[in-house]
Amino acid sequence: MLQQLEGSQALAKAIALCRPQVVCAYPITPQTHIVEGIGELVRNGTLKNCEFLNVESEMAAISVAIGSEAAGVRSYTATSSQGLLYMMEAVYNASGLELPIVMTLGNRTIGSPINIWNDHSDAMSVRDAGWLMLFAENNQEAVDLHIQAFKIAESIKCPVMVCVDGFVLTHAYEQVNIPEQNEVDEFLPKYNPHISMDKKHSYAIGAMVSPNDFMEVRYLAHKRQLDALDVISNVREEFLSKFNRNSGGLIRGYNIDGADTVIVAMGSVLGTIKDAVDNLNASGNEKFGVLSIISYRPFPQNEIKKALNQAKRVIVVEKAFALGKGGILSQEIELVLKGLNIDVISIIAGIGGRIITKQMLMECFENPKDKFQFLGLNRATIEKEYQSPCISKVGKE
Amino acid sequence: MSSLTMGNRFGRNTTVQSENNRPNSLTSGHRACQGCGEALAARCSLDAAYIETKGNIAVVNATGCLEVFSCAYPENSWNIPWVHSLFGNAAAVASGVAAAFKSQKKDIRVIAQGGDGGTTDIGMACLSGMFERNDDVLYICYDNEAYMNTGVQRSSATLTFARTATTLPNGQYMGNDIRTGKNVPEIAMAHGIPYVASASIGDIHDLEKKVKKAIHIKGAKYIQIHSPCPLGWGYPTENTIQLAKLAIKCGLYPLFEAENGVVVNSTAIDNIISVESYLKGQKRFAHLFGKNAQVNSWKVIQELANNHIRKYKLGEVVYE
Repeated sequence: MLQQLEGSQALAKAIALCRPQVVCAYPITPQTHIVEGIGELVRNGTLKNCEFLNVESEMAAISVAIGSEAAGVRSYTATSSQGLLYMMEAVYNASGLELPIVMTLGNRTIGSPINIWNDHSDAMSVRDAGWLMLFAENNQEAVDLHIQAFKIAESIKCPVMVCVDGFVLTHAYEQVNIPEQNEVDEFLPKYNPHISMDKKHSYAIGAMVSPNDFMEVRYLAHKRQLDALDVISNVREEFLSKFNRNSGGLIRGYNIDGADTVIVAMGSVLGTIKDAVDNLNASGNEKFGVLSIISYRPFPQNEIKKALNQAKRVIVVEKAFALGKGGILSQEIELVLKGLNIDVISIIAGIGGRIITKQMLMECFENPKDKFQFLGLNRATIEKEYQSPCISKVGKE
Repeated sequence: MSSLTMGNRFGRNTTVQSENNRPNSLTSGHRACQGCGEALAARCSLDAAYIETKGNIAVVNATGCLEVFSCAYPENSWNIPWVHSLFGNAAAVASGVAAAFKSQKKDIRVIAQGGDGGTTDIGMACLSGMFERNDDVLYICYDNEAYMNTGVQRSSATLTFARTATTLPNGQYMGNDIRTGKNVPEIAMAHGIPYVASASIGDIHDLEKKVKKAIHIKGAKYIQIHSPCPLGWGYPTENTIQLAKLAIKCGLYPLFEAENGVVVNSTAIDNIISVESYLKGQKRFAHLFGKNAQVNSWKVIQELANNHIRKYKLGEVVYE
C-alpha cells in the first residue's frame, strides 16, 4: 500500500514484515528512528513473538544478534558511523561465524571532527569484513532491499548490511509502497536455521582454527561472497515477479547504451545524478549514462565491466575516500577497466554531509578539470588555514 | 570416570562429579595444563547445571584459556551446545541466546562463562548491561586473578602484590602494588539482580549447590569461582585444590550468597589460618618472603583477609 512515510518509519514497517524474533536497539544518529519504530510495533502487538532489547552499546547490540542467530532465530539491528566502529570486532566475528544477521547502516561520516551527517566513510571502513553490502538509491529500494536481505543472508549463511544514506533517506518523507504481510510471508518463508543451540542440534560454534586450516576457511568465505552474486540476482528476479518492482540486484544502468560518459555512484546521490544527466542529455552533444552499484560487496566486477566497456569516459562520484590515497570506489572501477583505455575520473562529493546540487554535478560532468577532485571544496578556507601559525608550514599548496 | 566406592555410594552428600551419570559437559582430551583449576571449575559447574536441567543448557564462552584449550579445530571437548564469539561480549551474546529461546518459548537455561579478564575488565560493560536488564542468564566467572592465556598479565582481579608479567617486583616495586582489585560480586549485587555468589574449587559441594540453585532462578545470576592456576601462580600442579582451600581458610576468598543485592549467607571458617601460609606456597608472592623482602609486607594482604572476615561474618579475626 502506498504511504507517505519518513524513511526510517518505512524501514521499521518493512523489517517488522520480515518477522525478526530478536531486535536490539542502541541509539545513534541517524539510524535511531528505525529501531524506535520497530520498538513501537513490538509494543503495540503488530510484530509478535519478537524480543526487543534495549542494550548498552553497539558492541552489545551486534553481540546480542550474534547470540540469537547462533540460537537459530532471525535477528536484526541497526547502526551508523561511530557505532559501526564500536562494534567492529563483532562485525568481523558475525561473518566469520556465518550468522545471517541483517543490519541497517544509516550512513554517516566518521569523526573526528564529530559530524552527524551523511557520507559513506562508515560503510567503506567495513568493506573487507565479510558482510554483503547493498546500497539503497531511494526509500522504496531501502524497503525492498531489507526484505530481500533476509532471504539472501539466510540462503547463503552470511550477514547482510543494507546501507541507507543518513538523513537524505532515513529522515526524508517519500511515498513508499509497503507490501502486505501475506506477500512478504510468501516471499520470505519462516526461518529454517542451519544451526541452533538446543541439545538435539548441539554444535560447538566459534572454534579456534590454526594455520593448517585458516586460509581454507577464509577462501570459503570469499567463495561464498562470489556465490552471492548469483543469489542476489536471483532474489531480485523473484522479488520483481512477486512485487512487480525492479529493486535490488547487482547494478542498474540508466541511459547507458551508447553513452560517451557514464557516471558511477552508490546510494541516494544517484537521484541527483540522473537529474543532472537528463538535463545534459537534453541540451548537449555528449551522451551521458548512469550506473548504480547496488551490491558493493560482493563486487560485481564482470557485470560492471560489461556495463562500462563501451564508454569513453567514466566518472565515479564517491562519498568516501582513503586519506593519503584517493577515491576508493574509483580505484576498484579502475581495476575492472584496466587495459580498456577508458578514462576514470574520481569526484569526491558530499563528505560530512556537504551539499551536492544538480548544478554542481552538471558543471563537473561537462568539464571535469582533474582526474581526482573534491566537489565544492572551499579553497579560501584551506588557504586561510595554511596562513595560520598553528599548523605546520610543510606541504603548502 | 566416576568412583563407586562404598563411601561415595552411601554418603548422603555426594557430588555430581562422584556420580555414575556424570555428564562430562567438558570432556577429557582437552589441552588445559596439568592441574588447571579453571577446567575443573567449568566441568563441575556445567555438569551440575546439566544434571539439574536434564541437559537443557546452552553455554556462551568468552575468549580465554577455557575457550582455547577446549575447541582447537577440528577437535572439541564440549558435550553441550556451546558458542564462542569474542573476549569482551560473552554476556551480551548470552543475552541474545536467552532472547532467542524466549521468543521460541524454549525452556533452555543459558550460561555465560569467562575468566576474570573477560569478565572484570574487557567484559564489564556487556556484563553490567546484562545484569541491568535482568536477562535470564547465569554468568560464571572462573577467577584465577590474571590474564593467564596471554602469559600472566595483571587484571583487575589480581591480588595485591602478586607478581605478574606486567607487575614485576624489583626492589622499589612490590608486584601488583596498583590496587586491591575489583569486587565484581559486589558490583553485581549493586545491580540488584536476584542471585550472586562466590564459590571455589576448594569446596566442590558448595560450588555445585550454588550452581544448582542459580540455574533455576529467572533473571540475571552471577557466580565467581576461585580457580587457582599452577602456571600463573607458580606452584606444583598437584596443589591446585589445596591452594583453593587455603584461600578460603585464610579469609581471602569468602564464600557467600546474595539475593536481590543483600548477602543472605556466608560460609563460616572453622579454623582461620594466616594468609602467610597461603601466600608462601606460590612463586607470585615469593618476593614478599625472600631475603630482600620488606619485613611483614604481606600483612597488607592479611588486612584484606581480615576485612573479608569481618564484612562477610566468616568468624573471629585471629591474625591482626
